[in-house]
Amino acid sequence: MISDSLVTLQRRPKQEAPVNTLRFPLKARTGLFTALLATAALLAPADATAQAGETTLTAVMHSGLRVLDPVITTAHITRNHAYMIYDVLTAVDENFTPQPQMADWTISEDGLVYTFTLRDGLVFHDGAPVTGNDVVASLTRWGKRDSGGQLIFDVTESLEAADEKTIVWTLTEPFPPLMGVISKQSAVPPFIMPARIAATSPDETITEHVGSGPFVFKLEEFEPGVSVTYDRFDDYVPRDEPPSWMAGGKVANVDRVVWTTMPDHLTAVNALAAGEIDYIEALQIDLLPILEGNRDVIVERRDPLGMVTIGRPNFLHPPFDNQLVRQAAVAALSQENMLATKQGKPDFFNVCGAIFGCATPLGDETGSGPLKAADPEGARALLDKAGYDGTAVVLMAPTDVITLSTQPVVAAQALREAGFEVDMQPMDWQSVVQRRARQSPPAEGGWNLFFTNWMVPEISDPLINVMLNGRGDDGWFGWPTDAEIEKMRAQFVAAATPEARKEVALRIQAHVMDNVNYLMMGEYVNPQGRRANIEGIIPSPVPVFWNVTKGAD
Amino acid sequence: MLGYLLRRLLATIPVLLIVAVFVFLLLRLTPGDPAAILAGDAATPAQLERIRDSLGLNDPLHIQFIAWMGQMLRGDLGTSLISNTPVAQMIGDRLGPTVNIALMTIIISVLLAVPMGVIAAWRHRSWIDFAVMAFSVLGFSVPVFVIGYILIQVFAIELRWVPVQGYASPVDGLGAFFSRAILPSLTLATIYVALIARMTRASMLEVLGEDYVRTARAKGVRENAVLFRHALRNAAVPILTVIGTGFALLISGVVVTESVFNIPGIGRLTVDAILARDYPVIQAMILLTAGIYVVVNLIVDVSYSLFDPRIRY
Repeated sequence: MISDSLVTLQRRPKQEAPVNTLRFPLKARTGLFTALLATAALLAPADATAQAGETTLTAVMHSGLRVLDPVITTAHITRNHAYMIYDVLTAVDENFTPQPQMADWTISEDGLVYTFTLRDGLVFHDGAPVTGNDVVASLTRWGKRDSGGQLIFDVTESLEAADEKTIVWTLTEPFPPLMGVISKQSAVPPFIMPARIAATSPDETITEHVGSGPFVFKLEEFEPGVSVTYDRFDDYVPRDEPPSWMAGGKVANVDRVVWTTMPDHLTAVNALAAGEIDYIEALQIDLLPILEGNRDVIVERRDPLGMVTIGRPNFLHPPFDNQLVRQAAVAALSQENMLATKQGKPDFFNVCGAIFGCATPLGDETGSGPLKAADPEGARALLDKAGYDGTAVVLMAPTDVITLSTQPVVAAQALREAGFEVDMQPMDWQSVVQRRARQSPPAEGGWNLFFTNWMVPEISDPLINVMLNGRGDDGWFGWPTDAEIEKMRAQFVAAATPEARKEVALRIQAHVMDNVNYLMMGEYVNPQGRRANIEGIIPSPVPVFWNVTKGAD
Repeated sequence: MLGYLLRRLLATIPVLLIVAVFVFLLLRLTPGDPAAILAGDAATPAQLERIRDSLGLNDPLHIQFIAWMGQMLRGDLGTSLISNTPVAQMIGDRLGPTVNIALMTIIISVLLAVPMGVIAAWRHRSWIDFAVMAFSVLGFSVPVFVIGYILIQVFAIELRWVPVQGYASPVDGLGAFFSRAILPSLTLATIYVALIARMTRASMLEVLGEDYVRTARAKGVRENAVLFRHALRNAAVPILTVIGTGFALLISGVVVTESVFNIPGIGRLTVDAILARDYPVIQAMILLTAGIYVVVNLIVDVSYSLFDPRIRY
């Protein structure tokens, strides 16, 4: 099971000297090699970059920031960037309950009119006040990209700014999950930007990056994929409530946050141990022993929900166009084996058959028994019943993404043991993303199965979870045509109470276990690492840097 | 000489043109979709199609090629499909670290390798010769990332003489620059010391057997002068070739070393662009690399005449 406890490592290491301090007398060493190193060390200033009195927090995130538009992409790093510089109207707290952030709201008794009122003190980084028009433009652009947003706009009669601070959203029919959809924290939250920027087509990237969030993006210091810098926005007025996930007060305590990209995980871990950086968002599990015993570094779980890894079959072509064959694949695979190979230590994975995640309000493991342990004999029986003719399963195996490289290998072995013919084709992730869009038969450049990962909040309800789209060609890769699940998703939208939504979610869970819309292969988490003087990081699925303090090292 | 230089420079135009055509076509034949990188995992096929349209990726190939060549002729390298940043700016940001590390590597390599090769040849079949050859084999054989990690462990983690990683421009202070550039330069120099020392030794061995060397010694010229004035100058041509090729290789990117030491150089830019299928960046980088090779080879050819007066252009 995933451990929730902080893993503060115990053994005191030898006293660390400042990075640039010589610890051995030079006269004992001769030669060009030593002289070069010594010269370098002697010439090095104590800190080449930090200005006097300024608190800078240096973080290594899970990937480099390249795309700056949080609406056009669902990339997590871009979403994280957006939370730094933009604010949101409302946000779910740790209880999955929408809370006011930029605005309070009221809902008419008939559930058709939502009225939002902006709070005082909201101002963009260019000095302009945040107005209702900015909100309308931002929501409109978001609604053209986000799947949940599209559903809301399908029933939108009007979205207007009644005045500078009031936004009125009128629907043609009730949409009870509206607040949950616009308050979601991932893929894709509706970030509020100035109307002139939000006027950009949702299929083109924005070229100006002005938000009203607690940090200001420094475009002139941005190097795509290398480094991004944020300065505290002194005019930001935080809410009074304590922070809870993306809700509550966002108090920026450090002057500057620098995200630096380190492609080599070992280098990042060494840099953290040496105090050259303050924070690593996602530590590689096999490198954790390096940090054991270093009391200046704390390794802990930040994300209470974690990630899921899933397999997606292609419904258009044999053999996975046959429900019994898909069920055979479920029987053949074992979450335990898959996750153990991927993560190594049981502390960092969780066998879980809930398609909405095991720790979410809709999470339920009904019918997921076959997912958890391999049953090759049961799989063979299902294949016989299906009349499986030995059609090879073309399994796309990305080799350049470490979080996706093990799943196809484990799956191929398990499927073969159950009687499947498997054609595992190694390729880079870019080839996977291009090829998975092809609907042609596997022998003509198509595919049968691939694996990918999601954050739990991104699969946590039927409107957000793209793998539950049953609209065939209009749906996500794999293209199941599933009228029954579409009917249940519509019922979910119409359900007026949390209890009613839960009831629909349970039926969707049972349906997915039977129809195998995708192979839920369990949950995992990678811990974060921080220097001990970095405190106040909010436990949350999204790493954010408000509330964080940096003390003396 | 001037005429020769002009002819060589003009000859680069068809070379770069051929490279441009091949790079453009190969990239379009390679699987991958920049729109998918841009949009992320949850994008539907319809959304991807619209983004491809907005990026011009659905235009016919010849239209895309003509548009790109038009940009290049205007001196515009284009804009990254992924980050929307001008490619020239991206390359400009990354070129400094790569060139500076390459220069430092070559300087260290030449300072160490040429004397090592000369001495090994001078003391042929002695323990010094065997030691130099053993180092040479080791330098070739051990992967650079292993050497990098060992140097980090010893000098950055155990001794704490220098930082583990990172890069600082010399403009921001020589101390910061040297403290961060020294380990990657030493790491890369291991290979080049091995290569140049071996080449110097072989070339020197050939020259030391020549009549004019014997004559110089018979005239009573000091051994230092024999080695470095008479022999080394005549042995310089192949050594210069190796140094020049090595420098071009270093400038065109050393992605493993850049990754191990977290240096934001050309190598990482190229690999990142390839993984994201960021066509304008890849195309510009390959053209730049081709240009670097042409210019470095030209400089090496011209420099031959400085060491060997018999060579004239």
